Amino acid sequence: MTAVLQQLGRRGLRFFQRLGRAHLFLWHLILALSPLTSRFHLVVVQMASVGVRSVLIIVVSGVFVGMVLGLQGYNTLGDFGAEQSLGVVVALSLVRELGPVVTALLFAGRAGSALTAEIGLMKATEQLDGMEMMAVDPIERVVAPRFVAGVISLPLLAAVFSAVGVLGAYFVGVGLLGVDAGAFWSQMQSKVDVLEDLGNGVIKSLVFGLVVSWIAVFEGYDCVPTSAGVSDATTRTVVHSALAILGLDFVLTALMFN
Amino acid sequence: MVHSKRLEIGVGLFVAAGLAALFMLAMKVSNLSTVMEGDGYTIKARFDNVGALKVRSPVTMAGVRVGRVADISFDNQTYEAVATLNIGKQYDRLPKDTSASIFTTGLLGEQYIGLEPGGESGYLADGDEIRLTQSAIVLEQVIGQFLYSKAGEGFGER
Repeated sequence: MTAVLQQLGRRGLRFFQRLGRAHLFLWHLILALSPLTSRFHLVVVQMASVGVRSVLIIVVSGVFVGMVLGLQGYNTLGDFGAEQSLGVVVALSLVRELGPVVTALLFAGRAGSALTAEIGLMKATEQLDGMEMMAVDPIERVVAPRFVAGVISLPLLAAVFSAVGVLGAYFVGVGLLGVDAGAFWSQMQSKVDVLEDLGNGVIKSLVFGLVVSWIAVFEGYDCVPTSAGVSDATTRTVVHSALAILGLDFVLTALMFN
Repeated sequence: MVHSKRLEIGVGLFVAAGLAALFMLAMKVSNLSTVMEGDGYTIKARFDNVGALKVRSPVTMAGVRVGRVADISFDNQTYEAVATLNIGKQYDRLPKDTSASIFTTGLLGEQYIGLEPGGESGYLADGDEIRLTQSAIVLEQVIGQFLYSKAGEGFGER
């Protein structure tokens, strides 16, 4: 009995310790942002691996999600004779929810895990320690550029996802199922608000970008420096990011669209 | 930095594509292009009941959109709803006795204000008020009246 309680207490303490470490790490990261402005090419290099190489998966998923939305929306709306509203349904669900959320989930799997593995391996092979020996702050040189690249990339990827998704829905709805193209666009334009929908969607993806990048670089930096530790950290990045994204999405939606 | 040229081009293209997607969403998907046509003149219309009319609902004339509802407020003195309509400045020849009615697009569609031109020679100007209005049809009331009249018929037959 006491052993169980002891175990529980130890786990609890470890959890809060980790949480504290993660926030101290974030603070350190924010302090490392100002020297980064003079070395912005580091961010550009990271954006190439984090952002540019995620474009393909985002575009492909966006097209298919949009096409499925178009198909499902058409069938459901058809029951009410409201096929004309297909554009509104697709655009609102993409811009408000699916764009930011699905992009963030894909991003966590595609780029977040890679960030964790990369930083974790650097730690395991003592490259980070080596930098510190040379009086180079690894957070400034290695972690911060990756973090910033993630934060910048995710909103851009989410925008690409939503835009491509709308086009996919247009292809299915207007091209294949015969919804009127004029009604598709005009109803969409009259119902989707720039600030209310699009702005909040961008804010959402920015928050997700912050959280996913933070989790990814923290897990890498904090991992046990063994091959098993790196693999654990990579798994944790994907799982924690997904949970954080979905939980935060509810909170943000409740705050924004009540 | 020899290797970085292609890389920089790639990142540049990526950022450009992201911004272009945002721009397309703003211009093509959302209402930004219709918000910006802000200049015009405003007229007021009083209704007993505005139903589900909302700010930014369309104002049409002969089926063509000529403006938008800019504001809906409640008049404490007369217990009426006051809708402020923003009419595009190219539509400046609305007769003074134009009437306004609240219609619904389709059975489940959104509500909008339809303007019907009158015959007077003067034109509505900024700040004027439309005197002839017809309120929104509240579906529950219509059904209630229908049931009531049906019940009346039923008694008549006996």
